[in-house]
Amino acid sequence: MIKTFGEAQVEVKVSEDGYLEDMSQWNEEIAHEIASEIGIELTDKHFEVINYLREKAAAKEALTIRKVGKSGIVNIKELYKLFPKGPLKFSSKIAGIPKPTSCI
Amino acid sequence: MRNLVILGAGTSGTMMANHLISRLQKKEWNITIVDQFKTHYYQPGFLFLPFDIYTTKQVKKKGKKFIPKGVKYIQKKIELIQPNENKIQLEGDIELNYDILIVATGTKIAPGEIEGMDGPMWHKNIFDFYTYEGAKALRNKLREWEGGKLVVHITEMPIKCPVAPLEFAFLADSFFKNKGMRDKVDITYVTPLGGAFTKPKATEALHHLLDEKSIKEVTDFNIERVDYENNKIIDYADTEVEYDLLVTVPTNMGDALIERSGMGDDLNYIPTDKATLQTKDYENIFAIGDATNLPASKAGSVAHFEAEILTENILRYINGEPLKAEFDGHANCFIETGNGKALLIDFNYTHEPVEGTFPFPGVGPLKLLKESRTNHMGKMAFRWIYWNMLIKGIHIPFVSATMTEKGKHFETVEK
Repeated sequence: MIKTFGEAQVEVKVSEDGYLEDMSQWNEEIAHEIASEIGIELTDKHFEVINYLREKAAAKEALTIRKVGKSGIVNIKELYKLFPKGPLKFSSKIAGIPKPTSCI
Repeated sequence: MRNLVILGAGTSGTMMANHLISRLQKKEWNITIVDQFKTHYYQPGFLFLPFDIYTTKQVKKKGKKFIPKGVKYIQKKIELIQPNENKIQLEGDIELNYDILIVATGTKIAPGEIEGMDGPMWHKNIFDFYTYEGAKALRNKLREWEGGKLVVHITEMPIKCPVAPLEFAFLADSFFKNKGMRDKVDITYVTPLGGAFTKPKATEALHHLLDEKSIKEVTDFNIERVDYENNKIIDYADTEVEYDLLVTVPTNMGDALIERSGMGDDLNYIPTDKATLQTKDYENIFAIGDATNLPASKAGSVAHFEAEILTENILRYINGEPLKAEFDGHANCFIETGNGKALLIDFNYTHEPVEGTFPFPGVGPLKLLKESRTNHMGKMAFRWIYWNMLIKGIHIPFVSATMTEKGKHFETVEK
């Protein structure tokens, strides 16, 4: 699927449920736009979490709520406050990284 | 003489000892296996113990029976792995040296990770069924329980045998029906996942079954604490679920030994190459089964498939040949659905559980993803296969370590 973002109408490939397929196409404008679709207004704290997620995703580390809770940036309770109802799913979507697979 | 040491004599460790004894040169290699516990449990049986389907005797045997002659079996606690010195420290100041190490220390429940879980109500009205003690205590409770709200709950992923809690819910439905008290029991299935299972295709089939059996689902529930005084579990989003009887799968973690030795991730699982089973940090250390951080199911069937590939890779490593990157995450599980029926699923890292037949393409007799009595018979027969073939490293005919795509109905699957 192709989705367009921002005034420049940048075309970005996304999965069926709206996750960016290529994390390098991400920018802050895209983050704000996805967040507002979900109903979240992004603050600096949100971006601290988002940057942490992007760093770990780039290093191909599997992400879990437990891991983010131990990141030193937020605890799990705070993560829920920042991204209500979808602490890992929504944060990952806004961060432009693939949908978390708690596969297994 | 060179030394190969296996840590842990559970399903994986015992299988490796049996495979390697016949493949390594006896004149060149000493094989040692270490495990402090004397009993080998048939862990899939823990699901049946609470419902009086299996007896305690059917799920445990002396571990020694399954360790082949020629392998040195040490029953002592392992204090530390020193991977940079190629040494193991055992209790009583015993030191082992190794040339090759296989870590098969498995995974354990860690109910202490959640506030209020293993408090005063642990094994009173809060139970696990992932330990022999928990399953047995729950059996005694179910024998006399008069009904109310039964909550079957998963704390966080990954867990050993991700289908077991679902099977527990299905078997509970049958159990209470047979006792003539299903109308007195309200069953709710609570999971941190977005649906009943980790793979979308199977989730659909399983959701349908839950519905059919009037089992309610609460999804995306990430537990923060158990309020054992008021009998409710509460998640980080402040959702509450009340229970009279809580059957939970606590957080699963690798052995504390792995943490002590500084070799694990945040859940004490060892970073391991998912195709070769060599650990990422040490070339002469391999890991197998639940002890690894592989994105595959933590299950005996997976360990069984891994063992065949790991055996080949150990031999290649000894001969200085490149390792075979062959493990594909193959898992093969019977799912008990109650009332004498079962489903069978077969999947790997990249392929969803599929419909079709197993093990013979187009013939079966087992049907994939379809409820049937034959599948249930397969699951029951598996206990015999486990004790008599699987852990002894005898190849199970017609079942290959990597997944075969013949006779299965694949749909396009995203990676």
